[in-house]
Amino acid sequence: MGIRIVKLPDVGEGVAEAELVEWHVQVGQSVLEDQILAAVMTDKATVEIPSPVAGTVMALGGEVGNTLAVGAELVRLEVSGEGAEEVAAAPREAAAPAARSAPPSPPPAPLPTPAPQPSTRAPTPTPLIRAPSGPPRPPGEKPIASPAVRRQAREAGIDLRQVRGSGPAGRITHDDLDAFLRGGAQPGAAAIRAANAKVETIKVVGLRRRIAQRMADSKRRAAHFAYVEEVDATALEQLRATLNAEKRADRPRLTLMPFLMQAVVKAVAEFPEMNALYDDEAEIIERHGGVHIGVATQTEAGLMVPVVRHCEALSLWELAAEAQRLSQAAREGHATRAELSGSTITITSLGALGGIVSTPVINLPEVAIIGINKEVVRPVWQGSEFVPRTMMNLSSSFDHRVIDGYNAARFIQRIKSLIEAPATLFLEA
Amino acid sequence: MAEITAKVLVVGGGPGGYVTAIRAGQLGLDVVLAEQGGSNGARGGGLGGTCLNVGCIPSKALIHAADAYHRAVDQATSAPFGLKVERPSIDLSRTVEWKDGIVGRLTSGVGSLLKRHRVKILQGHAQMLDGKSCRVDTDTGPQIVRAEHVVLATGSVAATLPALPFGNTIISSTEALSLTAVPSRLAVIGAGYIGLELGTVFAKLGAKVTVIEAEGRLLPAYDAELVRPVAKRLQTLGVETLTRTRAVGLSDAGDAVLVDQEGAPRRGIPADCVLVATGRRARVDGFGLERLDLTVNQGFVQVDEHCATSMRNVWAVGDLTGEPMLAHRAMAQGVVVAEQIAGHRRVFDSDVIPAVCFTDPEIVTVGLAPDDARKAGREIHVAQFPLQANGRALTLAADDGFVRVTARADNHLVLGIAAVGPGVSELSSAFALALEMGARLEDIGGTIHAHPTLGEAFHEASLRALGEALHI
Repeated sequence: MGIRIVKLPDVGEGVAEAELVEWHVQVGQSVLEDQILAAVMTDKATVEIPSPVAGTVMALGGEVGNTLAVGAELVRLEVSGEGAEEVAAAPREAAAPAARSAPPSPPPAPLPTPAPQPSTRAPTPTPLIRAPSGPPRPPGEKPIASPAVRRQAREAGIDLRQVRGSGPAGRITHDDLDAFLRGGAQPGAAAIRAANAKVETIKVVGLRRRIAQRMADSKRRAAHFAYVEEVDATALEQLRATLNAEKRADRPRLTLMPFLMQAVVKAVAEFPEMNALYDDEAEIIERHGGVHIGVATQTEAGLMVPVVRHCEALSLWELAAEAQRLSQAAREGHATRAELSGSTITITSLGALGGIVSTPVINLPEVAIIGINKEVVRPVWQGSEFVPRTMMNLSSSFDHRVIDGYNAARFIQRIKSLIEAPATLFLEA
Repeated sequence: MAEITAKVLVVGGGPGGYVTAIRAGQLGLDVVLAEQGGSNGARGGGLGGTCLNVGCIPSKALIHAADAYHRAVDQATSAPFGLKVERPSIDLSRTVEWKDGIVGRLTSGVGSLLKRHRVKILQGHAQMLDGKSCRVDTDTGPQIVRAEHVVLATGSVAATLPALPFGNTIISSTEALSLTAVPSRLAVIGAGYIGLELGTVFAKLGAKVTVIEAEGRLLPAYDAELVRPVAKRLQTLGVETLTRTRAVGLSDAGDAVLVDQEGAPRRGIPADCVLVATGRRARVDGFGLERLDLTVNQGFVQVDEHCATSMRNVWAVGDLTGEPMLAHRAMAQGVVVAEQIAGHRRVFDSDVIPAVCFTDPEIVTVGLAPDDARKAGREIHVAQFPLQANGRALTLAADDGFVRVTARADNHLVLGIAAVGPGVSELSSAFALALEMGARLEDIGGTIHAHPTLGEAFHEASLRALGEALHI
């Protein structure tokens, strides 16, 4: 028998380290060649690491949430034959959904020091257990509990007077306290509304941690200012309805997004400072010819921003198809690293949840982000009468370090005029 | 003036203070401990405080030595199990040296524990300037300590009697522990545990001891049943006990204590040495505590269940905070305080604080006495098991005493456990554990106790309370 050390492979160009987000194996488990060992996250893409050989897991190189350098020990395997070989596993870009579900992966159990189970998983509903309970204590009677139970209660912020004891002489046992903490109803205690002092500790790892860092970084570095303008989308909505009604069967249904992307493409041609990346350390602004629009997408794991590249070269239908493909990939968790990076400007939309106004956070190092609020039909005064119009707000944020309010306003006004007269969206210059 | 900052300043290096400092150090806090006494323990000073230097530990050493000597003396006159000793003698100055060696080992042990947990020790008198800063007058000059949290652990001192001020032949327990010659006639004022422990020591060493107590009986804090074997033993040792008697001063010649006994004219009790052991009071003076906004209640710094004083981030532990003035209480409070400063949720919520009298025989009490339980309106079962029925006690030739269990009649929850007998102090752990865990009589009855041990008496007393005793 030999030992093979599986190292964290090079998971992407220029990537020096990756965060462990999930273990698919545990110590003592035997693995087959190509079986997924772990998932790591770089930037925003998740990459699964398959085992290069068959063997038995002897040790794991870290726990979920740890950051490993490329080349660091990921898993130590006991293999048959001679060993002491160090192998860098080949990364597998999480692409084919079929491969993901292939070997039934055991529950992740990082050993030997399991991290507190945070998890984005939906909480499993607690079975309705009958809370163990003795008879209620007479008023004023001191609860009986061992020092360990008292300490546990104290730490959980529980007043033991609220907890019934099922033990002899009404002693409160660890089980009673656990049941109370799980919120198991205490029959007869209904009259008392117990304070719920439960505190759940959730480790911020993976995508959430990445989002937290990026958002805080953006708010810390960029001088955000918001600009909100109202846009009459009536004509655009008519055009969209017509196009959707007459579209070819193989074409995607058009949402507002591709139109707005088209408007951004047109507008940034006149305002190139908006389609730019600001490297504040080098004090350099990179204005991009290509319009790579990030489309903020809510996924189960959290916010992701897949990027539609070179929008200036895509037709409306292509924009729609690409945006749809990418957001689906992000939601299903197999968007690649390349698809999640490289944007030059970002659009964020909460759809029907869009509200009236939002103050989006700039996706650094970009300098502008455009938010779409919800469309509503409102009475609008037109000279002599109120007419129903489909109105919508655009809430945008700019980095005032490099964009002045005047230019931002003109940029948004340009987008507004493009949307309000949608034919101009498609006029070649 | 040199100035240092710390997360925690502990004032006083006794059991409360040093445990606070060690625990805080273990929790990674940055701790300064100010202790006024020298390392050789001047008058209640030094690391280890009263307990290690002039209290629990040295008194137990002398109790052991005096008892060993007294047994030898007994064996010189009779040979109860065939052992015969010829003319034993004791050199009290060597006994005291031996005792000082033990104290030295323990206090230097405390010092190295503190160092191991990176506690900075400042030797010198501490004066609080305000709730966050303190001046310590060290040998190398005054030092200002600024701390986020201050833990007061200044302990207690022996109470004085105005009629018998300390000096010359009038001594406190501190001096009694360092006498190098046995006084031929010793008067002990106060029949609390300190007076009786030391009175017994000197009686066993050959002094003619008279104990003077203002209350109606010895050890007024303990119930009569428990005190009876002790009173009997004192009588055997030739100790005269005067109750309902007040010491009013020293005779003009200074060779007798003048006493007023109820219903009798004033008279003099001949004494070469007078030990005043009328209790202890909190050491609240001389530390600048008056500059802090502390609520003081009957001479004690008032604390809540968190050991927090009336000032934010000023804590107090130990004798300073009141009765019972016991080292193990102070240590437990210290842990609670250190853990709270480290951010944990804690309260000092122990159900019981065991108390032990190292008299002959020893007395242990944990929890409620039967009368206390009755006063609290409880229906109770009380049962005793005598050591005369315990095999181990007989083999130790020490069978005067009993174990007593008090439990609720309705659910058999044990409320109090007490024992009197030779060596029963070691049972205090079992008693305290039973009470803290909320044991019922059945729990103790259902626990196998090793045979032959004194602990079996605890088992049997519990069984007896259930009407199921086997060996009586």
